[in-house]
Amino acid sequence: MDISTTTDAPPPTPQPPVAEQKRAARGATRPGDRIFLGLSRGSGILLLVVMAAIAVFLTYRAALAISDDHGNFLTTFEWNTNLTPPSFGIAVLAFGTIVSSVIAMAIAVPIAVAIALFLTHYSPRRLSGPIAYVIDLLAAVPSIVYGLWGALILVPHMDGLFGWLNDYLGWTGIFSWEGGAPRSMLTVGILLAIMILPIITNVSREVFRQVPRMHEEAALALGATRWEVVRMAVLPFGRSGVISASMLGLGRALGETMAVATVLSPSYDIQASLLNPGGGTFAQNIASKFGEATPLGRDALIASGLVLFVITLLVNGAARAIIARRKEYSGANA
Amino acid sequence: MMLQRKNRLRALSLGAVAVTGALALTACGSDDNGDGGKASGNPSSAAAGSIKCDDAKGQLLADGSSAQKNAIDAWVKEFSRACGVQINYKGAGSGAGVTSFNQGQIAFAGSDSALKPEEVAASKKVCKGGQGIDLPMVGGPIALGYNVPGVDNLVLDAPTIAKIFDSKIKNWNDAAIKKLNPDAKLPDLKIQAFHRSEDSGTTDNFTKYLIATTPDNWKYSGGKAWQAQGGQAASGSAGVAQGVKQNSGAIGYFELSYAKDMTTVAINTGAKTPVKPSTDSATADIAAAKVIGTGKDLALQLDYKTKAEGAYPITLVTYEIVCDKGNKADTLPATKAFLKYIAGEDGQKVLTQNDYAPIPAEIIAKVRTTVDGLS
Repeated sequence: MDISTTTDAPPPTPQPPVAEQKRAARGATRPGDRIFLGLSRGSGILLLVVMAAIAVFLTYRAALAISDDHGNFLTTFEWNTNLTPPSFGIAVLAFGTIVSSVIAMAIAVPIAVAIALFLTHYSPRRLSGPIAYVIDLLAAVPSIVYGLWGALILVPHMDGLFGWLNDYLGWTGIFSWEGGAPRSMLTVGILLAIMILPIITNVSREVFRQVPRMHEEAALALGATRWEVVRMAVLPFGRSGVISASMLGLGRALGETMAVATVLSPSYDIQASLLNPGGGTFAQNIASKFGEATPLGRDALIASGLVLFVITLLVNGAARAIIARRKEYSGANA
Repeated sequence: MMLQRKNRLRALSLGAVAVTGALALTACGSDDNGDGGKASGNPSSAAAGSIKCDDAKGQLLADGSSAQKNAIDAWVKEFSRACGVQINYKGAGSGAGVTSFNQGQIAFAGSDSALKPEEVAASKKVCKGGQGIDLPMVGGPIALGYNVPGVDNLVLDAPTIAKIFDSKIKNWNDAAIKKLNPDAKLPDLKIQAFHRSEDSGTTDNFTKYLIATTPDNWKYSGGKAWQAQGGQAASGSAGVAQGVKQNSGAIGYFELSYAKDMTTVAINTGAKTPVKPSTDSATADIAAAKVIGTGKDLALQLDYKTKAEGAYPITLVTYEIVCDKGNKADTLPATKAFLKYIAGEDGQKVLTQNDYAPIPAEIIAKVRTTVDGLS
């Protein structure tokens, strides 16, 4: 924007020769420029090459596995790559991955947005610094540590919640509980929610902080209360940012491996209830099965990884579409 | 402008954290190596006097069964102190070990199951003029640990175990369990049977026992992956043991070393007294095993149906896999010296200290002869 305005006023210097003028217009004469252009273009191309290489590798190995599969790769409820004939399918994994991520999002997004709003608009400045710092720390904890904490602390303390859900909501079928150790999809969802909380909070906080002061002051001048300011000025401005933040969190939840593998009691069947142990996710299944996998087993795991790759692409695409549609209403691009 | 600078600062501090983190990690990593180096520079240390190094030198790479990793680690500690040879045993799993062995990447592999015919065929490419052979080195009982309040001396037999792990018996006060434990106060408590969530040689051996002894109650084909429905799955023997400790009403299977602070099931094998898992009772069971390997191969066929007094039937034997002929010249002396040590009396003694079962005398004598003849 600034560059275009400066061209309006040409400097009153003597006109240089024509050839030099042309070179100056093209602008890419200095070695620094050329090197930087090369580097940045190279980085862009490198990214595409890496992505293409990953996609080709995944597709090739996945095709090998799927051609040997005697079950239906999309609907079979088992993962037996060592049997003859091998039979495996991703139905349970796809279901588990999506269910656990949806639970995590349902819990984490409202809390994260609330934390971000508190930090930017409600808390005293002296308090918001330390809290933000602690949230940053949460994001730096390795996922295996979350997994161990989940298995040793969270799981034994879920009995009460599970019992309550079973008593009052058991009739829905989704929350019925047979009394087994609570190493189920709901526990995984809660753990994932804690893990993705920091990333959603941090990004949302940055977005809310950039709400133009003028918008807020205008709302206040019109007699809005603080809640109304948040509702009318801050949230609409930050909506696309919060969606992006949630997608970052969702990406982590979809691909989370060790924490899920440590907490979940996996099986190759779909449990109607979120409280009974069973199910599995793509990443957890890869982590569990890779160690002793035969060559076919590895290819099968890679095929499942490809499906996760596709699901992640779809989710990201959907998020971009939502953001693009809301662009005109949000102030983010003003 | 302010914002930019802040971001840059943040990026810098993030970078700094990452760098220090990496440094800390590498520091941990190099610590190990440093230790090994120090040990190797000090060969005249005690307790290792009886290890014959011959002309062992350099470094050995090995990989395979995680079930014997603790045993190998204990042996490597003694051996490298005595001979200054570094042995790097990864414990990535039996399958991974055999694969790397057949690709010629490692000097020997550890495996929970003997080589299959096609694996032997593949090994002929690596072992010039010979083939890969199985040498039984480490035995171990698979204990059934349980957590039932008020019950200390639980006795089960194979059909009951199979039904429990197949979710056919669901409560501890089931008639079948009562019949085996007439004196115990069995509570009205849901059974939670824990199994391994990942593929594992322990699962393979445990289900082999069930298939051999009670095929009517365990109708699965067996293998490293758990096939029955229901119950709880946990990752690793440590995870299963943890699950049993945490949940009242739980039962699970794992190597003896994980069963230290819990009650274990005594198996009613048909012998006069039910047998508890221990290193001695496992060795007693392995003594009844038949050598089914041909030539120099000493693969064993365990007798799961044993009724001998004091023989614990759920036992696994893990092998070291080497070439009988055609081992690589640069690793042969060290491999041979190491195998000699672990098959020797001192080596086998180390096993009992680590909750593994030594290989019985008759079989280990054959192993020693075979190791002497490696070339």
